[in-house]
Amino acid sequence: MDYHSPASFAEASALAANATGITRFLAGGTDVLVQLRSDLVTPDTLIDIKKINGVSDITRNADGSWSLGVAVTGAEMSEHPELGRDWPGVVEAMDLIGSTQVQGRATLTGNLCNGSPAADSVPAMVAAGVTVTVTGQDGTREVAVEDIPTGPGKTSLAKGEVVSAINIPARGNNGGDAYLRFIPRTEMDIAVVGVGVSLRLNGDTVTEARVSLGAVAPTVLLVEDCAQAVIGTTLDDAALDALGAAASAACNPIDDKRGTIAFRTEVAGVLAKRAAKIAYARAKGEDV
Amino acid sequence: MALDDRKSEFTFVGTRPDRPDGLDKVTGRAKFGADMSAPGMLHGAILRSPHAHARIVKIDASKAEAHKDVKAVVTRADFADVPFKPGLEGEFWNVLENVMAGEKALYDGHAVAAVAATSALAARDALKLIEVEYEVLPHVTDVDKAMAPDAPVIREGAADYSVPEGMHPNVVRYHESGHGDVEAGFAEADLVIEDSFVTEATHQGYIEPHACLGALGGDGKGELWCCTQGHWIVQKTCAALLGIETSQLRVTASEIGGGFGGKTTVFIEPVALALSRKANRPVKIVMSRSEVFRATGPTSSASMDIKIGMKKDGTITAAEGIFRLQGGAFPGAPGDMTAMCAFAPYNLTNVRQVGYDVMANRPKQAAYRAPGAPMGAFAVESVLDELCNQLGLDPVDVRLKNAAHEGTKASYGPTYERIGLVETLEAAKAHPHYSAPLKPGQGRGISCGFWFNHGGETSVSLALSEDGSAQVMVGTPDIGGSRASMALMAAEVLGIPYENIRVTVADTASLGYNDVSHGSRVTYASGLATIKAARHAVEKLCERAAAKWGIPVDAVKWEDGCAVPSGPNAGDFDPIPLADITADMGRTGGPISGHFEATPEGAGVSFGTHIVDAEVDPETGKTSITRYTVIQDAGKAIHPTYVEGQYQGGAAQGIGWALNEEYIYGDDGRLQNSIFLDYRIPVASDLPMIDTVIVEVPNPGHPFGVRGVGETGIVPPLAAIANAVSNAAGVRMRQLPMSPPRILAALKDNG
Repeated sequence: MDYHSPASFAEASALAANATGITRFLAGGTDVLVQLRSDLVTPDTLIDIKKINGVSDITRNADGSWSLGVAVTGAEMSEHPELGRDWPGVVEAMDLIGSTQVQGRATLTGNLCNGSPAADSVPAMVAAGVTVTVTGQDGTREVAVEDIPTGPGKTSLAKGEVVSAINIPARGNNGGDAYLRFIPRTEMDIAVVGVGVSLRLNGDTVTEARVSLGAVAPTVLLVEDCAQAVIGTTLDDAALDALGAAASAACNPIDDKRGTIAFRTEVAGVLAKRAAKIAYARAKGEDV
Repeated sequence: MALDDRKSEFTFVGTRPDRPDGLDKVTGRAKFGADMSAPGMLHGAILRSPHAHARIVKIDASKAEAHKDVKAVVTRADFADVPFKPGLEGEFWNVLENVMAGEKALYDGHAVAAVAATSALAARDALKLIEVEYEVLPHVTDVDKAMAPDAPVIREGAADYSVPEGMHPNVVRYHESGHGDVEAGFAEADLVIEDSFVTEATHQGYIEPHACLGALGGDGKGELWCCTQGHWIVQKTCAALLGIETSQLRVTASEIGGGFGGKTTVFIEPVALALSRKANRPVKIVMSRSEVFRATGPTSSASMDIKIGMKKDGTITAAEGIFRLQGGAFPGAPGDMTAMCAFAPYNLTNVRQVGYDVMANRPKQAAYRAPGAPMGAFAVESVLDELCNQLGLDPVDVRLKNAAHEGTKASYGPTYERIGLVETLEAAKAHPHYSAPLKPGQGRGISCGFWFNHGGETSVSLALSEDGSAQVMVGTPDIGGSRASMALMAAEVLGIPYENIRVTVADTASLGYNDVSHGSRVTYASGLATIKAARHAVEKLCERAAAKWGIPVDAVKWEDGCAVPSGPNAGDFDPIPLADITADMGRTGGPISGHFEATPEGAGVSFGTHIVDAEVDPETGKTSITRYTVIQDAGKAIHPTYVEGQYQGGAAQGIGWALNEEYIYGDDGRLQNSIFLDYRIPVASDLPMIDTVIVEVPNPGHPFGVRGVGETGIVPPLAAIANAVSNAAGVRMRQLPMSPPRILAALKDNG
């Protein structure tokens, strides 16, 4: 195994482009190192991107948007004084992953690029409209988070491409987001269903909505029907029921050791309603 | 035992001193199984079958053997040729067959070969060089399917004499017991409920994976360090499996990171020794968590039919239970224990119970805290709860009305001596928990539980030091605080402080045979032996004092740590403290030690009653345990904090078993969830504070009244939680675990 710690993303991209066999980028390592130690994946080339300048920075841009380095950890996000005020759903989703120890290592980028449909931070990022900057041999491009995963363990990143930044939009006024997941326990578990919701209100009326589902299909879903179910409403019971029905209808899950098709489909609707209520309250400025 | 053996007023017993292993454990100084190394040590790794059932056609290890880092490869041919016998009579053969497969791989994870190499990584990679040709066979993992006429046969000829004609060969033992006439009893009932229940296998979930370091020479002399609940059984079994003399193998037990019954047999230990013998170097093996799940003992899965008749006043008129337990590809599923424990809390005129021991393509079941009893209690106590609900009776009153007491003929045969079930039920009824109001969506469940408790072969030595301190050598690994309890009991007899006594778990070369730490036997049996060994030393102390004073030894008694004249006629002498006698002991007759060995028979059966509140989310089926109270008879709590810990531990493991823990097999017979992420043990935040009440009804079979407390605490939880959940959800849950998908499906089915 070859281990590299490049000083730039261009260098990282070149290393990956020229590598043969299995290549893995190493950020927090909470998936890559676990897979390596359990003999699931032994990379031929391991490219550590934590030594690139700026990868641990959380930056609020002049327009109110946020730029996060690819090695920013869950703990750093949770402890940031302002990020969670803008995007509590994104921060809480990341914070649900693993233990305190894992939080000291795990990153949004790794959670996304691991390609798990059950990744907790991904539905929250999709709902929030987060994009990532991708550096490749031909320069950089900006890609919506929902366009990165293509199936379990698979992404749309080409050989030689590496995620080089996370871009979270400006929250703006009268907006709120939330993420809820279902696990049979209270923590240290993997989502059986995950739902991210981001709303913007005008008075009591929802004007913008993004709803994303995790662990109910081969990839995290952005569900337009869910958004349409609540836009123009005051999130009354009828709107919530329509939202739940749209969420359940969008599910395309599997039966596995973590949950059944029937269960995931049902609970996706339940969580969509619950998450929407939290996002709505936050958009109203309530502290929930 | 003579009545003057009894003691009821205590100085040290019943106090709560610091644990003797606390500092070592919090500082990392304690040595667990994987913490030992030796010069020249190799690392072993085990190749495991990916198939649930397959004939091993050929094993070609030549590429592995040729690798420069590999120093030995072993297969079944490298073990002794232990003869096959049916049923549990051939337990050495069964263990050998489990440790290293013979003609067939019998479950996913079954060991088929092992290597020793210069590093753990090299050993792991060398396994990939071993080529095994399998002929995959049909498999079965479900207990009911394994008994069906068309089920694949795991092994012909494994059934013993107890199995009736015409049963499938996978049924290997049969148990039937009871008394009275159940049909007549059902005819007298105002309501008869008949229902069926299923539980899935669960793992003991000890946090420390199995680990050992073995060295065995060509001269047949060996040393073994391992994590075990009983090193004498390890010594005896390894010697048999390797064809060496028992006494030539010295086994030392490491500190143990949990066992709960699962570390009462061997898995990797004989393999490490076989590799060592071949490589002529010490070999260490440490299991991964996945290996622990796939290849070490989970508990049995169970399928059960219960029928109970009750009068309107709550009197049980008859009870009948059929218990089918699946114990993996070997005899040993405790169907007999399940049957015998199921109705044991009750004073029944008419009772009948049947137990089956059934083989399937799963790992060999191992003991797990009161093996077999929790499943039976789940089924029986669920039906009792339903009877109470339908007849409008209070569940504690009904249990009190039918409770077994001193003189009751137990459902499994014997007549009870003094027991404490009624006291636990009365304590439950009086406990504030039982009368606390429930919120909407919550339900309350009650269950009683029984376990036999065990004595077992026990040998303890105690030696006094010149400075008046004492060392106690016991042979039972400390899995629940027994070193503290032994020190308290020795302190009570010797009359010296707890802190002046060091208790060591001695190796197999230092004491005679000691049965494993199981059957809730340690505080009872090693405790009894410690008391008697201490009394033996006291006799010698009195002899020295008598010689000094020039009076007969029976004119000296031991009081508060001193030899004193037994009465005014014995003479007028100042008391001699223990340390004054030991200071001179080299000149007055030599070292002073005490020893006791026996197989004590008076373990004293144990009962508990649990109260549980559960809240079910009707939209997701998720259960929260909101309040939990354990009430159990300890006979006499030597160190109450440890007793409470045992009660809480039983409840915590029961919560896991009831709600989310289960072995999940795919259609291919492979275990789907062999890591803690998907095998869902409760995390700390899943548990409420578990309240405890220690009831003390002294056991007449122990000098201080001790009853074992380790196992009974896991018997009631499955039923108590199922009753709470069923009452909260408004639908009877008949299958464990009551995972959210199952509860939500049951709620939907119920409309």
